[in-house]
Amino acid sequence: MRLRSAVRERAVAIGMGLVDQTKIITAASELGRNTIQYGGGGVAHASTVVRGQRRGVRLEFVDQGPGIADIAQALTDGFTSGGGLGLGLGGAKRLSDDFDIASQPGQGTRVTITRWKPF
Amino acid sequence: MERIPILRMGRILLVTIQVDMHDQLALALQDDLTQRIVNDRAKGVLIDISSLDVVDSFIGRMISNIAAMASVLDAHTVVVGMQPAVAITLVELGLTLEGVRTALNVERGMALLQAAT
Repeated sequence: MRLRSAVRERAVAIGMGLVDQTKIITAASELGRNTIQYGGGGVAHASTVVRGQRRGVRLEFVDQGPGIADIAQALTDGFTSGGGLGLGLGGAKRLSDDFDIASQPGQGTRVTITRWKPF
Repeated sequence: MERIPILRMGRILLVTIQVDMHDQLALALQDDLTQRIVNDRAKGVLIDISSLDVVDSFIGRMISNIAAMASVLDAHTVVVGMQPAVAITLVELGLTLEGVRTALNVERGMALLQAAT
């Protein structure tokens, strides 16, 4: 819950509209839940980023959990290893502009997403 | 323990979700609501989510579950008051809220339930 307000604060700070705020906060909620539920807890970091004229909010989730063997499968809607709806990872990807995931079995998982403020 | 209040109007139960839901609260609500449907012989459940800024797949699943449980107990469920930004986000997220009827506001939701029951 603290994560959500931290994300909202940064989205508001760069003047993001309500819909974009809602999208990035929802993505944060999905990924945060993954980190806790599947990664056994970890670290979330929210920051504002600048690329040329554009500003955005970047979120990073790092856990030292079991990792993901098949990332493509994990991104498939409806696939879940833990009894959820299987929408978290794929949904978070759709809700962000840039999406990066790095994971290996036994090595934990790092997910980084960015949502840019539209011009 | 913290609980979400359930109000009754005739044969309809009203639930307003205002706080951020977490697992325990969601489970308690499912327990309370199913119990009340049986005890109060309710025919309808109206869930007001107008004060939720964010609906993620966890809350979505909880709402779908409640609707499914109510349906098995012969009660209809209507979700009302979804914020436009939440609707846009839900569709992009891929959440369809299957089996859940929606209405724009409490008034229309009540009308829908009264017509159905």
